[in-house]
Amino acid sequence: MDNPNQKRRQELEKYFDVQGPFAFLRLAQMKRAWRQGNRRQLTWWENTYIPTLISGIWLTSKHFFRNLGFHILHLVGLCKDVRAAVTYQYPEQKRPLGLRLRTRHRLTKREDDSPRCVACMMCETVCPARCIEITAAEHPDPNIEKYPAEFILDLGKCVYCGFCVEVCPEDAIRMDTGILNTSEYSRESMIYNKKRLMEE
Amino acid sequence: MPNLTIDGQQVDVPVGTTIIQAARKLGISIPHYCYHPALPVAGNCRICLVEVEKQPKLQISCYTPVAEGMIVRTNSPKVLEARQNVLEFLLVNHPLDCPVCDQAGECKLQDYYMKHGLYDSRLADVKIKKEKKAFAIGRTVMLDQERCILCTRCVRFTENITKTHEFGVFNRGDHSQLDLYPGRKLDNNYSGNVVDICPVGALTDRDFRFKCRVWYLEKTKSVCPGCSQGCNITVEWDKMRPHIQKQARVMRLKPRFNSEVNDYWICDKGRYNYHFIDENRIVHPQFNKESISWEQAMDILAGAVNSLKISKRMNRIGVLASAQLTNEDLFVIKKLFKDTLGGALVDFRVPEKPGESDEFLMKADKNPNTAGAEIILGSDTKPQQIVQKARQGEIDLLYVFGHDLSQLFGKEAIYQISKNVKLFVFQGSNVNNTCNYAHLILPSQVYAEKEGTFTNCQSRVQRIWPAFQPLGEARADWEILSLLSERLGSALNFKDPRSIFNEIAATIAPFAELTYEKIGDKGTTLAK
Ligand code: SF4
Ligand code: SF4
Ligand code: SF4
Ligand code: SF4
Repeated sequence: MDNPNQKRRQELEKYFDVQGPFAFLRLAQMKRAWRQGNRRQLTWWENTYIPTLISGIWLTSKHFFRNLGFHILHLVGLCKDVRAAVTYQYPEQKRPLGLRLRTRHRLTKREDDSPRCVACMMCETVCPARCIEITAAEHPDPNIEKYPAEFILDLGKCVYCGFCVEVCPEDAIRMDTGILNTSEYSRESMIYNKKRLMEE
Repeated sequence: MPNLTIDGQQVDVPVGTTIIQAARKLGISIPHYCYHPALPVAGNCRICLVEVEKQPKLQISCYTPVAEGMIVRTNSPKVLEARQNVLEFLLVNHPLDCPVCDQAGECKLQDYYMKHGLYDSRLADVKIKKEKKAFAIGRTVMLDQERCILCTRCVRFTENITKTHEFGVFNRGDHSQLDLYPGRKLDNNYSGNVVDICPVGALTDRDFRFKCRVWYLEKTKSVCPGCSQGCNITVEWDKMRPHIQKQARVMRLKPRFNSEVNDYWICDKGRYNYHFIDENRIVHPQFNKESISWEQAMDILAGAVNSLKISKRMNRIGVLASAQLTNEDLFVIKKLFKDTLGGALVDFRVPEKPGESDEFLMKADKNPNTAGAEIILGSDTKPQQIVQKARQGEIDLLYVFGHDLSQLFGKEAIYQISKNVKLFVFQGSNVNNTCNYAHLILPSQVYAEKEGTFTNCQSRVQRIWPAFQPLGEARADWEILSLLSERLGSALNFKDPRSIFNEIAATIAPFAELTYEKIGDKGTTLAK
């Protein structure tokens, strides 16, 4: 019993009674106590917090001076291919979005403002999250035949995979609105209907 | 019996068989549009071309009779190329309508294009358009002439099967189009079948149009409960999104091939007779118009039966069974009311007006199981007597299975019954006028929710399968009666329809030695 670790372990085992029922809960408690017991004591120098203070200031100023340097170089036309950090004042100022970024959906329109969608239900079929629900109906114009009487898209379920856009034979659904802030206060208001999807 | 070789496999077939039939016997399917086993051969779509050795040109397999020693190839390069070319011709003026076409998913043009076509379009000219796009040609069917490939299946159907001659092909060449004869409408009793036989989306069902996509549908084998012919059908229902169609689960019924009963067809009455499955259903047991639990309902019912049993007045129980019930349900009715309790007045032959009928499939008797009810229940009293007694208060417990008494016997009668009978029980799947007068209402399952067998007018026993879960708290009729028997202390101990059927087979002579396995998908005829 000369190994202090072993001794301590046994003490703890006894204290937490890791043999009885619900031993797994006590085992977790024991492990926590073990870890705390093994924590290294800080030295006097560390206890003054001066070394950590210095290393923090060093890290922040390193980035500051690096960005400052590169921004000055950019101003005189040098090192253009090295990027320096910029701050956007979101939400007043928005970051430019990539052209291929998938953002909130919209339903595109024909010239007469009716949806291009012909309710073929390809998007509904392919959607892995099953968040699209289309009710098809007979269009008064026999050359259009079928149109979506209702088009429900539940953004709360959508995984933004873009399959619906890819599969649409009519280019009727797109994810190019650039809208990212789709957050709402309730799940119900995350459900978009045809009207909402067609608003600009 | 000529012996021929198709794709290296030998087959013996009777004289006069065509190559396509011989190939089908071997399990080789040759693409075809105009050929249909139940219709005369037209040979106009040309996609079933095959190579016959020692013949210079390809032959259409639907019209070429087999000969001794014939050697046929159905997938040689020459055949494949011809198929692709025929398909290209058929699609020259075909619109790109698949997204809005109801046939998509079960369309032979799509299927064969993906399997045998896959060519790049070479069309330089504009497609020829027809004057009109889709339009209704009758109560049930829409026609889109642009999608028609002029296979004339529908023409031959109206010529040979219904003999009503509505369809014809008019004009020539590029301008040929399928249409109705002037002044005609497609409104025979079998019009829905043209939708099934049309290999493309030219004829679509107005009832089904745009309700859902065909690949959403689950299919369950069943038997049409619309009349005593018992046509074989498939119940096609939507599993994923019933809420879109006002909670309706069943989307359409389709005929199921059975050469002994209905061939490939069903009548329109049967085809569109499915709305009751999801509409107007009774979903909870009710007592005096209040919803109650099954426990309470059984307490009330068992209490009433028990008091009659103790005072030995079983002849004051009247049971109006129904030929809409399965053999299994009827057998449990017989077991409980005739054998176990004894003395109750039981009959099923209510005086119904005969419905519409014709020489082909439709029968005047609109019940699917009259033959079965006759064998199982027999009849000793008359329903009229039971009703008469009930009106006069000579019956204390009247148990009605699904009949609308107010329609059959008049408002006056049902009013008297509800006043004079102590407990008036209505057990059925759908709400009807009788429910307003019944004291105790018990919800039962429709045919698409339960398992069982029907016996049709040819004494053919055929199975039905449960497609989906019952609505609300509805239970199968046999199950309700078994529960009742348990409450009465004389449990019948039936676990499922199969065990009931085994007992039917053991006790009722015409059913002797039958099992569900022997009945199979297509049914089997009862012993005389
Ligand atoms: S982006 Fe993906 S998950 Fe979202 S609606 Fe389209 S298919 Fe469904
Ligand atoms: S795939 Fe396009 S056309 Fe088809 S239902 Fe979806 S949005 Fe409409
Ligand atoms: S008939 Fe077939 S190929 Fe033609 S539009 Fe309909 S689904 Fe497409
Ligand atoms: S409507 Fe259909 S069945 Fe009739 S000829 Fe045209 S493709 Fe054939």
